[in-house]
Amino acid sequence: MLPQQFKREHMAQVLEGWRAAAAQVARPVAFMEVCGTHTVAAWRSGLHSLMPVTVTLLSGPGCPVCVTSQGDIDGMVELAGRSGVTFCSYGDMLRVPGKKGSLEQARSAGADVRVVYSALDAVGLAARQPRRQVVFAAVGFETTAPASAVAIQEAQRQGLTNFSVLVSHKRIVPAMLAISSGASPGGSSGGPSGGGGGGLAQVGIDGFLCPGHVAVIVGAKAFAPVVEECGLPCVVAGFEPLQMAQGLARLTELVRDKSPVVENLYPQAVTEEGNARALELMDEVFCPAPARWRALGAIADSGLGLRREYQDFDAAARFGLHPEEAPEPVGCRCGDVIMGRCRPVDCAMFGGACTPVHPIGPCMVSSEGSCQAWFKYGEGLH
Amino acid sequence: MHQETPSSPLPPASSPATSDSQGLCGEGRVLLGHGGGGRLTDELLSSCVLPHLNNAVLSELLDSAVLEAGRERVALTIDSYVVTPLEFPGGDIGKLAVCGTVNDLTMVGARPLGLALAVVAQEGLEQALLDRIIRSVGEMARAAGVNIVTGDTKVVERGVLGAQGPGLILTTAGVGLLPISPEAERHLDPRRVRPGDMVLITGRVAEHGLAVMLARHLPEAEIKVQSDVAPLNGLMESLWGCAEVQADPAALVFLRDPTRGGLSGLAADLAQRARVRVVLEEEVIPVAPAVRHAAGLLGLDLLEVANEGKAVLVVRPEAAQAVLAALRRHALGRDAAIIGRIEPVPDGGMPGVELITTIGGRRLIQKPFGEQVARIC
Repeated sequence: MLPQQFKREHMAQVLEGWRAAAAQVARPVAFMEVCGTHTVAAWRSGLHSLMPVTVTLLSGPGCPVCVTSQGDIDGMVELAGRSGVTFCSYGDMLRVPGKKGSLEQARSAGADVRVVYSALDAVGLAARQPRRQVVFAAVGFETTAPASAVAIQEAQRQGLTNFSVLVSHKRIVPAMLAISSGASPGGSSGGPSGGGGGGLAQVGIDGFLCPGHVAVIVGAKAFAPVVEECGLPCVVAGFEPLQMAQGLARLTELVRDKSPVVENLYPQAVTEEGNARALELMDEVFCPAPARWRALGAIADSGLGLRREYQDFDAAARFGLHPEEAPEPVGCRCGDVIMGRCRPVDCAMFGGACTPVHPIGPCMVSSEGSCQAWFKYGEGLH
Repeated sequence: MHQETPSSPLPPASSPATSDSQGLCGEGRVLLGHGGGGRLTDELLSSCVLPHLNNAVLSELLDSAVLEAGRERVALTIDSYVVTPLEFPGGDIGKLAVCGTVNDLTMVGARPLGLALAVVAQEGLEQALLDRIIRSVGEMARAAGVNIVTGDTKVVERGVLGAQGPGLILTTAGVGLLPISPEAERHLDPRRVRPGDMVLITGRVAEHGLAVMLARHLPEAEIKVQSDVAPLNGLMESLWGCAEVQADPAALVFLRDPTRGGLSGLAADLAQRARVRVVLEEEVIPVAPAVRHAAGLLGLDLLEVANEGKAVLVVRPEAAQAVLAALRRHALGRDAAIIGRIEPVPDGGMPGVELITTIGGRRLIQKPFGEQVARIC
């Protein structure tokens, strides 16, 4: 049998088991895929078109661009526009609109904005141009934070005084807890979360498909509090369509069996304890700190702050930046999407006023954003 | 319901713009994404460029314009080339500049007659590098059987091409001739595409774009991808010349190279212009394992990644197997495959592209929006 044919038959078996389990649950269930890469994989592979009809897949807060608060984005754009500053960012961040435009627009107006693929690239840039202040926008979850830590330590080792970091890192588990416990609904940022559409308002979540990449770093056991505090099953899964389907089928079985546990279906990459070296690096440079999330508002210990011995690299302090909390765009329901309160298509602006070419909210900007994935791969089929 | 953004950058036929019209340009600035070959590019063209230049030949928006000159049909095309880095696995900007223009001529059915080359270099560019690149231009022109017959060289002050850029822009224009004898006439026109036709590709997708992106962003990565940059005139002439196609050249109805925007951009444009549904099958689209891996690493949809040595063909169903066999006889077509078919637009539906995925699911394919960016984690 050809490997492809084997895969397809295996997939058919998994789908059959999943449909049977979904039928046994005898009510609609909704799972949150926390990671943006899962969001895209589910759409790109056509998984949405094959799922049991009673299962809804909602996107969670795992797209780094989508959860960055409006105030943080304004801060980035402001800093990028300062003279003498070279502002380095991951590419996905460039198009998110702030109140004074996006980083991409700042660049076209003359700001020195560079797309980097690793934090160390920004350190290299700082070493090569000692007369410019190089600022790195440190965004992302536990997946990118260790790389930021390495870069900061390297800058310290080289004695670079023209390198700093605008820290906007987030920790995923506190956000999952906030969502599943229904805490801080809508956040305190003043974003209107009822901007139109009805759809799945206030839909409950029956379990989490845990982010595989983050789990590589933090380990499967990091999700135990979600089970303990909220009673929701968590399954760690890989990014192949088959792995995702297996993960979601297993979640359905756990709901059916009323068995809220953490299960790791991605053992080839994820251990119970995580990556000790990466966790150690993160811990050397950062400590848990409060962070402001789009829609979720401020959540205790959900971000990372620089430890005392690395405070010199804090760009916000160096440049006297005090990002104010800014309201989210009027009518934009990205917050509800991230919280699993609605699907992208339930937003009145989806596909009309807000498209990937002219996005209003970050979920339509990011290539891993839920709205962009729904629009790009699903618009017209649903 | 979403308002479909027209994929074709054509100005509306009902409101022909005149040469003194103001255009529809907004007040913003040109963004890098406007150059990505996706919908943002379409918007810039239809707002700031095409309204000022409107004419019947341009509005066809083909890879090359086809002009009548007495009894001759002449193809004319021009392209500027900017790429970072200037040299990448499998090619360089010189090779790209020759192949891109030869291929644009080839895609309208023309045989290249001669190329013009313009060089804009920034002060400080290493002469040895320029020498390597122009040598590559010469080698590639010989390989494609075409001469660089005229040219121009300019040098600009440091900083004009950007402080960080590689400091070199090449532009090539090309002229070609279309065969005019009635039996050899090549009827390539998306408006001839109809349900039942088959979609073919001449080889593996996404190699050029990924080779360049890996070289630019992850030069230390162990995974190596070679650009597929190659002139396609030899492959296509061997196809036009084979007995099966000679017997019925009209069976080949559409031909285009999936460059910027990749297979997705090409298929989306085809669907709009032909007013059909294009249905592609992921499982049979040829992809090298290293390319699949690299696309996964960068989080890119490999159907949206650029190719520089591939062509997509639409042929009548009865000719599909013969065309496939003829392509596979040529070195540049040995991985050719039938990757999909043309279907009618369903009642109440819209023209568009659907993909049947490897797991048997279905999803849409749309024209890419702007620049391709890799994901954060």
